[in-house]
Amino acid sequence: MRKTFIDTLCKIAKDNENVWLLSGDLGYSVLEQFSRQFPNRYINTGVAEQNMMGVAAGLSLSGKIVFTYSISNFTVMRCLEQIRNDICYHNLNVNIVGVGGGFTYGSAGYSHHAVEDYGVLMPMPNMSIFVPCDPIETKLCIENAYGFEGPSYIRLEKNCDYTVHDKTPHYSIGNPIRILEGKDATIVSTGGVVNQAMTAAKLLANLDINVSVISLPSVKPIDLKSLAAVLNTPIIITIEEHSEFGGISQLVNKAIIQYQINVNEVVNLCTSDDIIYSIGSQDFIRHKLSMTSEKIKNTIIKLMNS
Amino acid sequence: MIFNNTSILAKQIRIHALKMTSNAKASHIGSCLSMAELLAVLYQDILRVKCETPDWEDRDRFILSKGHGAAIYYAVLAEKGFIPKEWLSTYAENDSKLSAHVNSYNIPGIEVSSGSLGHGLPIACGMALAAKASKKNYKIYVLLSDGELDEGSNWESILFAAHHKLSNLTAIVDYNKIQGFGDVKDILNLEPLEDKFKAFGWSAVRIDGHNIQEIHNSLSELPMENDRPTVIIADTIKGKSVSFMEDSLKWHYRSPSSDELKKAISEIEKTQ
Repeated sequence: MRKTFIDTLCKIAKDNENVWLLSGDLGYSVLEQFSRQFPNRYINTGVAEQNMMGVAAGLSLSGKIVFTYSISNFTVMRCLEQIRNDICYHNLNVNIVGVGGGFTYGSAGYSHHAVEDYGVLMPMPNMSIFVPCDPIETKLCIENAYGFEGPSYIRLEKNCDYTVHDKTPHYSIGNPIRILEGKDATIVSTGGVVNQAMTAAKLLANLDINVSVISLPSVKPIDLKSLAAVLNTPIIITIEEHSEFGGISQLVNKAIIQYQINVNEVVNLCTSDDIIYSIGSQDFIRHKLSMTSEKIKNTIIKLMNS
Repeated sequence: MIFNNTSILAKQIRIHALKMTSNAKASHIGSCLSMAELLAVLYQDILRVKCETPDWEDRDRFILSKGHGAAIYYAVLAEKGFIPKEWLSTYAENDSKLSAHVNSYNIPGIEVSSGSLGHGLPIACGMALAAKASKKNYKIYVLLSDGELDEGSNWESILFAAHHKLSNLTAIVDYNKIQGFGDVKDILNLEPLEDKFKAFGWSAVRIDGHNIQEIHNSLSELPMENDRPTVIIADTIKGKSVSFMEDSLKWHYRSPSSDELKKAISEIEKTQ
């Protein structure tokens, strides 16, 4: 995802000399492509996120389109008030790229687990939030963030050795993407863990259980009506490497209530307070949270038999 | 050089701010009065801004980072023709454009909203960087409070501005020596402030923040040194020009009663 991000941004910056990139002293082996091509529009602002966001606001107020880059928690939490007051209130073209979404840096410990990031940003005015699931969605999200007036947050993971989509899907901001369609259950997910949902769906297909898989590349804004329209099976499961608070589980549950969707079971797989002390690989922590393909498969079988 | 008009402007905006805070029963009159001369010199003599085209691309940028001093800032904008004077009487009232902390939304002449301390200098750095990159020669001015310098974000920016040689950036510290709960020296001492800025790579000068000639001199020859941002540390008196408000913490919070307002205006009118 990081590679796709920087490739996409370099293409954008080539066409528009107003595009700048700021880094909070992170992005080794990723950002050099930009800094080499556009040295006058790249600044490593140092390990100082509050200043970085203020500088981004000042650049944007002067007509620049700014992307910032850091690890998710550092670029969301440390400088949240700068994001709220300086960037969101003034509705500036600042696009905040956070890497390490969810448990990408699982073994690094809680400081690096980005599991409250988009929930924290959800109420911020004018803010769009993108959570791509693979390189194809990453490209779409970066292009949309660039093309969309106002601030955005793009939550990336790290490396991505798979693609969820075979080809670029039809996508408009705020709308869900249906990747698979099935009648027995619907999985709604966002970010890299969508890939686990896809694998689970394929495993279930071997058992003649047909599952819809829905990806939400943008979690804000969200077209609740379009979301409700894809929740047309008796079992609904949401999966996200994020707290339920401010997460897609709340969006899906709201859609179900607001549009009076008739469902038998709703399960929200998300992070929990007792997981914060868990350290290990992304797969290890996903397993603990029942978010691996095998566990998702078993959950659906159990729900169908209950 | 005689600065009659500047001196008159300082008086006018003091009186506006007193009326506004009294009318709205709002706080922070002491913080307004301490920067009257600083704002008057900036808007009368220094800033290259045009009220008829407030978004003029090559204008100087001014940020009031100590957003709680909004009343006197709106007052100077009204006196200089950016906003109608009638707006001032709506200050902090229901449905007013003029909130009690600086609001830029739909207000000509204001670059950026403020209110939470420690935001102005980073934004000013971004503006200074953009100006340099675009080879524009306009200047960026940011006015900070002393208590505001407790915020770490400023020190990130102080590092940053020196590193990037932002010589088109000038910070002015309204050093009235009183912050939220008492004297700056007792709460979180800033001294030696000039030396700290210099150690971080800035040019620094200390002036009498109520002496119009000194303010003018310091702002007229910028940057003080090539390739360095400048800080002007302006020694001021909280509540300046109103005897019973001067150097008093309570006027960080209290608003003048109608009798106090009359007395305050009378004192200001009598000053030279």
